[in-house]
Amino acid sequence: MDLENFTPWASLFGGVAIGTAAAMLVLLTGRIAGVSGIIGGLFKPVRGDIAWRVLFVAGLFAAPTVYQLLKPFPVPTIEATHAVIALAGLLVGVGTRYGAGCTSGHGVCGLARLSPRSLVATLSFMIAGFATVFAVRHLVH
Amino acid sequence: MREIVSFAAGLVFGLGLIVSGMADPSKVLGFLDLAGKWDPSLAFVMVGAIGVSLVAFRLAGKRAAPVLGGGFHLPAARQIDSRLVLGSIVFGVGWGLAGFCPGPALVAVGAVQMKAVAFVAAMVAGMLAFEWLERARRPGDE
Repeated sequence: MDLENFTPWASLFGGVAIGTAAAMLVLLTGRIAGVSGIIGGLFKPVRGDIAWRVLFVAGLFAAPTVYQLLKPFPVPTIEATHAVIALAGLLVGVGTRYGAGCTSGHGVCGLARLSPRSLVATLSFMIAGFATVFAVRHLVH
Repeated sequence: MREIVSFAAGLVFGLGLIVSGMADPSKVLGFLDLAGKWDPSLAFVMVGAIGVSLVAFRLAGKRAAPVLGGGFHLPAARQIDSRLVLGSIVFGVGWGLAGFCPGPALVAVGAVQMKAVAFVAAMVAGMLAFEWLERARRPGDE
């Protein structure tokens, strides 16, 4: 186990913030905080259903800038090459639309709604994620 | 007002992703690397996020309408089919390759990380491909 990088409290606290955002959205506006669904809806636009999606995404974009007002933004380490990044992005785009959700929609909101469908989706992408990292890090390299 | 709430929710969501470590692909891959130096931190993100959401969805279930009016737009689909499983597997492979899922990738775009911009461009292309394939499959449906 990697105890050097283990951050249980920060991760738990960040998770509580994510849950709070999902709570705000559903209790106040009746919407699910599923990021792939929020973006996907922009490509099948319905009148009166666009602004909230754009503004949610704007909030995500603004997060690093706001974070920086309090603490230096931890620059992410992106190991994958550009070719792998492009392939991965494509797979994430297609997969989340066919699977009707991602880590937030199925993994957080769906599980919190006790949806069997989201449980199956979450297990599917988690297992695929574990298997992919195993293949890349321990079989290919 | 709904728009302000959406922006605030996106912001709090994004801050949560940064604080939790989810916005860093190397941390995500550390969690997915069970056979390597496994970093279990992200399981704590799930616990925190699901714990709070569980209460929120219970409260939502007791209400006739959201606080700001309108209706609840909750997913109605219940079927567990090959689309759901295969789509999720394809997503999981992409997630494992780059360490990015949609939310953290958008946050990293906000921090002007060029690889995240490339990732999101490819992700949008994938989503557009889905729309196009769906329309081709069901002509006249729209």
